[in-house]
Amino acid sequence: MTLAEMPFILPDLRPASAELFVLAMACLILFVDLFVKDTRRTAVFALTQLTLVGAAVVTWAGTSGEVVYTFSNMYVHDFLADMLKQLLYLTDIIVLFYARAYVVDRPLLGRGEFYTLTLFATLGMMVMISANHFITIFLGVELLSLSLYAMVALNRDSATAAEAAMKYLVLGALASGLMLYGMSMIYGAVGSLEIGEVAERLQAGVANHSILVLGLVFLVAGLAFKLGVVPFHMWIPDVYHGAPTAVGLFIGTAPKLAAFAIVLRILANGLLTLSYDWQMMLLIMAVLSIVLGNVAAIAQHNFKRMLAYSAIAHMGFMLLGLAVGVVGGDARFTLNAYSSALFYVVIYVLSSAGAFGMILLMARAGFEAEDLDDYKGLNRRNPWFAAMLMMLMLSMAGIPFFVGFFAKFAVLQAVVASGQIWLAVVAVIFSLIGAFYYLRVVKLMYFDAPADPTPIQAPLEVKALISANGLAVALLGLFPDTLMWFCLLAIRLSLSVFA
Amino acid sequence: MLTLSHYLILAAILFAIGVVGIFLNRKNLIVLLMSIELMLLAVNTNFIAFSRFMNDVDGQVFVFFILVVAAAEAAIGLAVLVVLFRNLKTIHVDDLDRLNG
Amino acid sequence: MLENYFPVLIFILVGAVVGALPLILGWVVSPSRPDSEKLSPYECGFEAFEDARMKFDVRYYLIAILFILFDLEIAFLFPWATIFKEIVSTDTIKWFGFAEMMVFIAILVVGFVYAWVKGALDWE
Repeated sequence: MTLAEMPFILPDLRPASAELFVLAMACLILFVDLFVKDTRRTAVFALTQLTLVGAAVVTWAGTSGEVVYTFSNMYVHDFLADMLKQLLYLTDIIVLFYARAYVVDRPLLGRGEFYTLTLFATLGMMVMISANHFITIFLGVELLSLSLYAMVALNRDSATAAEAAMKYLVLGALASGLMLYGMSMIYGAVGSLEIGEVAERLQAGVANHSILVLGLVFLVAGLAFKLGVVPFHMWIPDVYHGAPTAVGLFIGTAPKLAAFAIVLRILANGLLTLSYDWQMMLLIMAVLSIVLGNVAAIAQHNFKRMLAYSAIAHMGFMLLGLAVGVVGGDARFTLNAYSSALFYVVIYVLSSAGAFGMILLMARAGFEAEDLDDYKGLNRRNPWFAAMLMMLMLSMAGIPFFVGFFAKFAVLQAVVASGQIWLAVVAVIFSLIGAFYYLRVVKLMYFDAPADPTPIQAPLEVKALISANGLAVALLGLFPDTLMWFCLLAIRLSLSVFA
Repeated sequence: MLTLSHYLILAAILFAIGVVGIFLNRKNLIVLLMSIELMLLAVNTNFIAFSRFMNDVDGQVFVFFILVVAAAEAAIGLAVLVVLFRNLKTIHVDDLDRLNG
Repeated sequence: MLENYFPVLIFILVGAVVGALPLILGWVVSPSRPDSEKLSPYECGFEAFEDARMKFDVRYYLIAILFILFDLEIAFLFPWATIFKEIVSTDTIKWFGFAEMMVFIAILVVGFVYAWVKGALDWE
C-alpha cells in the first residue's frame, strides 16, 4: 500500500496541547535536574508544581464541552477528559506537597527522579484519559506503569521496596499481557482497534461472537488487574506496603482516575453492545472485592496494608456503579450509574490522598509511622490532626453526612434502580463490617494512650493542605450536589451513548 | 496450507506457556522476565496473523509498539533485578517473602 | 507457494555448509596428541585459580539495559525509512513527516544525554 492510497490528514495538535506541554516540561526538568547542586531539589520541586499548574491552565483554556477527535481518531478530547485531567493535576499537586518533607529527609528518594517520574506518570495518565484507540490506551498504561515500577524501587537500599517493585512489575506485565491478548482477539473479531469503530461494527453485528467474548474476558481481566479488584488484587497490599510511603500515596490516588477513564471508554464506549457479558464479570468482581477487601482489612496491623485492602473494597464499590448501567438492554439508568461511579472514584481519591498524607506527616527522618499503634493517642499529641484523620476515616467508612456516605449512597441508588436489591444488601452489610476498621483507627486516636507523647509538628503548607483535605471531605458531604452535577455533565457530554 | 487458526493456536500455546511460567516458576526471576516476554510475543503473533488475514495494517503497527514497550519493560525489569540482587544477594522467587499478610 | 521458498532453503544449506566446513576440516585434518598440560586451561603461566563461568559484573547489566532501549527504539526508523521518498514527495506531509521523526529522535537524545551526564556510561 502506498501513501497515496492511505489518506493522511495532518493531526490537529491543539486538543493534545496539555500533553505536549507536560512532555516538554518533563524533558526540561530532566535537564535542569542534571545541573542542580541543591540536595533538597527545591528548584526541581517548584518547576514540577509549576508544570502541573501550567497544564491545568492549558487544559482549562481548551475546555469546551465538545467531543473532538484527533490523530486519526486515536485521541479524544471531551469534557470527561478535561474534568479528569484537572482532578489529576490537583491530586498530583497535593501528593507532591505531602511527599515533599518525606522525600527531602530521605536522600535516595529525594532525587530529581522522583519529580520527573511523577511527571512522566502523569503524562501516561493523561494519555490514558484521552485515549480512543487500543494503541493509545496501551501506551498510556505502559508509560504510567513503567514510571511507577521505577518509583517503587527508587529507594534502592530497601529490600522490601525492591521486592515490592519486582512483584508489581511481574504482575503488572502479566496484566498488560492479558489486556493485549484480549485486544488482539477483539481486533481479530471486529477488524478495528479504534474504540468508536469497534462500537459501530459491533452494532452492525459483523463480529464472531465466541472470539469476541474470549477477548472480552482477557481484556476485563487485564483492566481488573490495573484497578486492583479481586481476584486480581494480589499486588495491591504488597505494593502499598513495600513502596516508600510517598510513592504509595501516588500509586493509591491518581492512577485510579486514569484507570476509571480507560474502563469507561473501553467498556461503555466501545463494547456497550456486549454489556450483558461484561456487566456480569464486573458484578462478580465487585462483590468479591467488597467482601474480601473489607474482611481482610480488619486483620491488618499495618496502616498502609489496611489502606490497601480498603482500596480493594472501594474499587469494588466503584465497579458496582459501572456494572449496573444497562438493565435488560435498557439504557435508562446509564447516566446515573456511570456518574455515580465517577463521583465515587473522585471521592475515594480525595480521601485516600488525605489518609496517606497523614502517614507521611507522622513520619519523620528515619521513622515510619506505618503501624496502627503509632496512631495511639494522636488526639493528645495534636488534636487538630486527629480531628482531620477522624473525618477522613469516617468519610471512607461511609458514615452519614460525610461525603463518602453520599458516594456510597449514589452507587447504591443506581444498584437499586437496576432492580438488584440483594446486591445492594450485600454491599451495605460489608460496608458496615468495613466501618469497624476505620472506627478502630478513630478509637486508637481518641481513647488510647500514646506510646510517645511528643507533639507533632508539620510545615505550614502541609498543615494547611491536610486541613483543606479533611474539611473538603466534610464540606462536600454537606454540599455534594455541585460535584455530582459535574459528574453527570461529564458523563452525559462525553459518552457516545448520549450523543 | 497454513490458516489463521494455526497461528492463533500457536499464539495461544505460547501465551499459555508464558502465563504458566510466571505462576509455576519458583527458581529464577530471570525466567520470570523471559515468560513475560514470551507472553507479549505471543500477542504479537496474534496481531500479525489477524492483520495479515484481514489485510489491515493497524495490527502490524500495534506490534511495533508492543515490541518497543516490551523492551522498555525488560530494561526496567533488569534494573529492578539488579537492585533486588544487591539487597538480597539472591534472585530466587521463593526468597521474595518479606511482604506477606 | 512453497516453491518460492526454495532459494531460501538453498541459501540456508549453503550457509550451514560454509560455516561448518572449516570446523570439520580442522577436526579431521589436524593431528591430535593430547596430554594433561595441553588440556589444562591456560592462564598466563600459572595455575588457573577461578572457574571460567563466573558471575558477570553488575555494570554489564547497565550497559545491556541501555543497549536494549536504544537498540529497539530504532525499530520505528525502519518503516519510516522505507517510505521516506514518498513522504518527502507528498505535499501535505513533506515537512511534517520529517519533523515528526526528528522530534522522536530528539526525545531519544534527551534520554541519552541524561544517561551520559548521570554517569551511566562510565565504567568506573
